[in-house]
Amino acid sequence: MSAGPLLEVEAISKRFRGLQAVDSVSFGVPEGRILALIGPNGAGKTTIFNMIAGVFQPDAGHIQFAGRDVTRLRPHRICEAGVARTFQLVKPFGALGVLENVMVGALRRAPSLAAARADAEQLLARFGLAEKAQAPAASLTLPERKRLEIARALATRPRLLLLDEVMSGLRPLEIDAMVAVFRDLVRGTGLTILLTEHVMRAVMALSDRVVVVHHGQKIAEGAPAEVARDARVLECYLGRQRAEAPA
Amino acid sequence: MRRGSRLALGALVAVLLALPLLASNYIISVMVLVLFAAYLGQAWNIMMGYVGLLSIGHALYAGLGGYTAAALFVHWGLTPWIGMLAGMAVASLAGGAIGALGFRFGVTGVYFALLTIAFAEFTRILFDHFGWVGASSGLFLPVKSATVLDLVNLRGPPAMFYYLMLALVVAALVLSRALIRGRIGYYWQAIREDQDAAEALGIDAFRCKLAAVALSAAMTAAAGAIQAFYYNNLYPGSVFAIGNSVELMSAPIVGGLGTLGGPILGALLLTVLGEVMTALASVVHLDGIKQWCYGAVLLAIVVLRPGGLWPWLMERLGIAEGGSRP
Repeated sequence: MSAGPLLEVEAISKRFRGLQAVDSVSFGVPEGRILALIGPNGAGKTTIFNMIAGVFQPDAGHIQFAGRDVTRLRPHRICEAGVARTFQLVKPFGALGVLENVMVGALRRAPSLAAARADAEQLLARFGLAEKAQAPAASLTLPERKRLEIARALATRPRLLLLDEVMSGLRPLEIDAMVAVFRDLVRGTGLTILLTEHVMRAVMALSDRVVVVHHGQKIAEGAPAEVARDARVLECYLGRQRAEAPA
Repeated sequence: MRRGSRLALGALVAVLLALPLLASNYIISVMVLVLFAAYLGQAWNIMMGYVGLLSIGHALYAGLGGYTAAALFVHWGLTPWIGMLAGMAVASLAGGAIGALGFRFGVTGVYFALLTIAFAEFTRILFDHFGWVGASSGLFLPVKSATVLDLVNLRGPPAMFYYLMLALVVAALVLSRALIRGRIGYYWQAIREDQDAAEALGIDAFRCKLAAVALSAAMTAAAGAIQAFYYNNLYPGSVFAIGNSVELMSAPIVGGLGTLGGPILGALLLTVLGEVMTALASVVHLDGIKQWCYGAVLLAIVVLRPGGLWPWLMERLGIAEGGSRP
């Protein structure tokens, strides 16, 4: 394998009609690390995610995964390559059972339905959904749906997991529990995570590195504590006056 | 399965097998209609019930199956069994082409349904001018005495068609059950529930949907071929009529979309209701009472039991069905 990062995003851009949603953004995620992509609403975070996941094709730039160009692959091919994602607005298979939802995630690589079921049961236990295994996914609460979404993505056994605002709508204690789960995953399995998040508590606790985007452009990158002190970052979050005011 | 339900199933099979020996020709012919409706509903249900693809043009596939088998028989004396396979191949190619066109260009939901109607109508007009199959004046199969039983050429009494369709309905039931509980069944249901999420999990939605259309079209064509040999005449205006497509959808909708038993239950209910209404119409001289009742039943189901009658019945009987729940 190449010595470069597992995921390498090189100057990708995307324009929707008149709006330059993403403007030449580059960053890399080394294997086994957690990188957070943050920025105000509408900064282009989800668009970047969708380009990596193959939902949108970038107008310019390249995306390398594990040393391979995956820029224009369809979403199911991206998944086969080893990238799994969650959706900001969760998308459970509502009529299917909770266990079946996770089984679907495991099925593409599992040798049999029984093997997929066994994997799914383990994941449900890990995410505290074991008691709900037979319930229809549509009956879950929002925090449960978020956990289901993650369990289902992990069932594909990804090398890179894209988490699109999985903490939003969770209570602080639930966030801490989720942070612990991701830390365990990264330590235990060597998983790499790229996440977007508005919940700074989670960003600070989880990420090794933070990339800040604003109006589609990358404005800062660094360790969480560095970025939190960056003047441009404060400006885009809090406005010019507040950022310039003495602390 | 419990002892009681096993006994009930055994009794049902015995009754179904013995029916032509006991019942009048009228009852047999009604049962043939029930079985046609059930089987066509099962075929349509593969697309709509399992994958969520609404086709309002299934008359196209039944018609292609019927015309292919009938034309090969009339012109070249080919046995309808081979003609049926040829018809299934033609229909699944047509379905695959329509599906590929629709799915490639992101035609979804009602727009996909409109596309299926358009192709059925287009084919109807095409066949109106297709001389080899009789154009608008129709294609006719030679009728022999009803006492002759010729399985090779599908010439025989209604009882033969009854057993043939009974076998097809059972085969479709077994096939549907195996599919929905297998890998492809999970992929289909995932696509039906949320295609973006399904693709993010590595499922090739394009190919899975194409497989569903091709299979559903081929199954429909088999019934179309048998219908051609049952009725012995084909007119583009009646074979490809949009009314056929709509009628074929009503059994699975009434019985329950995406369920295994729904199309069969719906077919039994609607066909028997239709016969009763036809009889009633001739007594009270009310034209269109049959259509009126069909509409009323559909409306009642959509409002009162949108999941269909089968899930409701299973719940009432305390039986969990292993199908899917759209």
